[in-house]
Amino acid sequence: MIRRSAQSAPKSPRAPIFGRTNLVAAVFVAISLAMLGLTFASAPLYRLFCAATGYGGTIQVAKAAPASKGLRDLTVRFDANIAPGLSWKFEPETPEIRLRTGETATVFYKVTNMSNAETAAQAMYNVSPDIAGAYFNKISCFCFDEQKLGPHETTELPVVFFLDPALEKDSTMSGVRSVTLSYTFFAAKPSASSAGGDGKTGAKAKPL
Amino acid sequence: MATTTLDHQEHAHPTGWRRYLLSTNHKDIGTLYIIFALVAGVIGAIMSVLMRMELQEPGIQIFNHLAQIINAASPETAVDAAKNLYNVMITAHGLIMIFFMVMPALIGGFGNWFVPIMIGAPDMAFPRMNNISFWLLPASLTLAVISMFAEGAPGMMGFGGGWVLYPPYSGNTGAPGPAMDFLILSIHLAGASSILGAINFITTIFNMRAPGMTLHKMPLFAWSVLVTAFLLVLTLPVLAGAITMLLTDRNFGTTFFDPAGGGDPLLFQHLFWFFGHPEVYILILPAFGIISQIISTFSRKPVFGYLGMAYAMVAIGIVGLVVWAHHMYTVGLSLDTQRYFVFATMVIAVPTGVKIFSWIATMWGGSISFRAPMLWATGFIFVFTVGGVTGVVLANAGIDRAFHETYYVVAHFHYVLSVGAVFAIFAGFYYWFPKMTGYMYNESLAKAQFWVTFIGVNLTFFPQHFLGLAGMPRRYIDYPDAFAQWNQISSYGSYISGIGLVLFFYLIYDAFAKKLLAGNNPWGPGATTLEWTLSSPPPFHQFETLPRIKDLEH
Repeated sequence: MIRRSAQSAPKSPRAPIFGRTNLVAAVFVAISLAMLGLTFASAPLYRLFCAATGYGGTIQVAKAAPASKGLRDLTVRFDANIAPGLSWKFEPETPEIRLRTGETATVFYKVTNMSNAETAAQAMYNVSPDIAGAYFNKISCFCFDEQKLGPHETTELPVVFFLDPALEKDSTMSGVRSVTLSYTFFAAKPSASSAGGDGKTGAKAKPL
Repeated sequence: MATTTLDHQEHAHPTGWRRYLLSTNHKDIGTLYIIFALVAGVIGAIMSVLMRMELQEPGIQIFNHLAQIINAASPETAVDAAKNLYNVMITAHGLIMIFFMVMPALIGGFGNWFVPIMIGAPDMAFPRMNNISFWLLPASLTLAVISMFAEGAPGMMGFGGGWVLYPPYSGNTGAPGPAMDFLILSIHLAGASSILGAINFITTIFNMRAPGMTLHKMPLFAWSVLVTAFLLVLTLPVLAGAITMLLTDRNFGTTFFDPAGGGDPLLFQHLFWFFGHPEVYILILPAFGIISQIISTFSRKPVFGYLGMAYAMVAIGIVGLVVWAHHMYTVGLSLDTQRYFVFATMVIAVPTGVKIFSWIATMWGGSISFRAPMLWATGFIFVFTVGGVTGVVLANAGIDRAFHETYYVVAHFHYVLSVGAVFAIFAGFYYWFPKMTGYMYNESLAKAQFWVTFIGVNLTFFPQHFLGLAGMPRRYIDYPDAFAQWNQISSYGSYISGIGLVLFFYLIYDAFAKKLLAGNNPWGPGATTLEWTLSSPPPFHQFETLPRIKDLEH
């Protein structure tokens, strides 16, 4: 009402302002949409940030073994979990090893499909304490790909890793004597809801 | 402006229900907001009294009966249903008080009513959008209420995961039923309402100030709403995005917050608190604005350090955007991250201190009259300082690790929000009631309500500090006998506050029944802002000739 009246009054000193009104509103609509966009971008950005900094115990991926050997020995513990709804058995062949920084180690995990159907699963992983993530380098890992096991099949899955000698220079790592590498197998997403009980219903549900 | 007058002849005043349903008048919409906030506030307050009744004694005595009435639980399942219902109620109490009581009252109600008048504008910049902003809220509240009666956790009614809505409990893992979806949609609507309202306020304040009303002459209440609106525009879309991601996680198989697909539930906490922390400033900044006006009016002095006060609010807003993870000290942040968030959080105490001391300095040497609004405003300064001090305690990561999720936290945020923001709402209500309605209320009753409420809320929340220090966790329906005594006292306090609320509604009834005319300015020469130059109640359209602002003294 008021806006129209002002537009129809060319003598009014406020007449030209109403272009500005819509401009200001448009700017703030754009800002709120940008914030909304940023929110969705935060999911991949958060992942990138974690991968780049080792934040939250995110492990680094290395192409090759390190050039130099380090001086410190740390205990590396291995932890294996199965998410609810996946009838697999999963355990490391050894609970822990002593490892010198810069040395490459290979450790095997034993995994068995306890169900009557072929099941696929993906392992999620991190290390604790979180700060160690930046120095924990994996050269290869079963967790990089989805794993598929036939009914009652057992297999050994390797992980090849080393601890970056650079951790010796980080004061926050000086009190860290052991690092735990933890895995959790989750049923692959499409049959996630049905992979629970027996494999048959899971297979049936798959086309869904 | 002759044409403006002409315009009014074209449009007759809408009357009856059309006047409100189709309203584009900022004062009518403000009134609707205030009525809405009162209704929602009563619902939220009844919930809190029910919870205090349950917590008055150890064991489960009230909610098992309530569960049989509300959730139609059988006597055998009543205890489990009671536990769920209690958690549903803490969730609903939090969301209702934040989104449907404090925000509509302070921003939608007083903001709509007085920001345009204080800056000398005829109305808001987008009157029709203003109407949408309001009417989204009843729809939102309806969805929230429906959520309480839909299945949440398997076999249980409603979502009981707290107002923070953390996954995995709010995902399919914990609450696969539709209750959570209703709640998400409810918050979507409330968020959309607030974002539209915020854009409206910013545009109004930037473009529709009367000639001579520069930003640095603008009353502090308008400043506070401006800063609040900025915070809303910057943070509410983040909440909207986060709960949309939660919605797609729940219904469309995405895994933003589901580790099974590479997501991280912690990301939700970061996004939620990126909104959630500024949200507490969104709730308290307009309260700061109101308190500044009232203290100045009843001390008959301009606000001490006007520019400092305005920019303290800007500083609180800016720093408030980068302290969110102090709600998350226990999630495994690195020590350096915790150090930053401790420091940044403590920095907020500086501009907040500037405000507190400036209010006291305004009163210093002033000709103070303790009318009802002034009582509430000084009460606000006291309770807000108590809550602020415990806030500084909780800002320390080391201490917070012990106090996290205890009643100490509950006491802290109720002192700043439940008591602080609510005191400011009452203060504003008693300050502007004569202006909004034209009638004067019974001042003795208003003062009686203040004292009853003041004693009631302090009796309710002060003992909760002791409970928290003793280690009593929040969000539980029951507790060990060792906590019984302070819980009992806390419950008695809530009943006294309840009596205060009854007094308040009687006072409103009394004012409308007696119809004592208030006059244009019942507060005397201290009331210098533009609303006091208008009649009480103001005309349907004010400032048809824009006022020219001379050198206002603040």
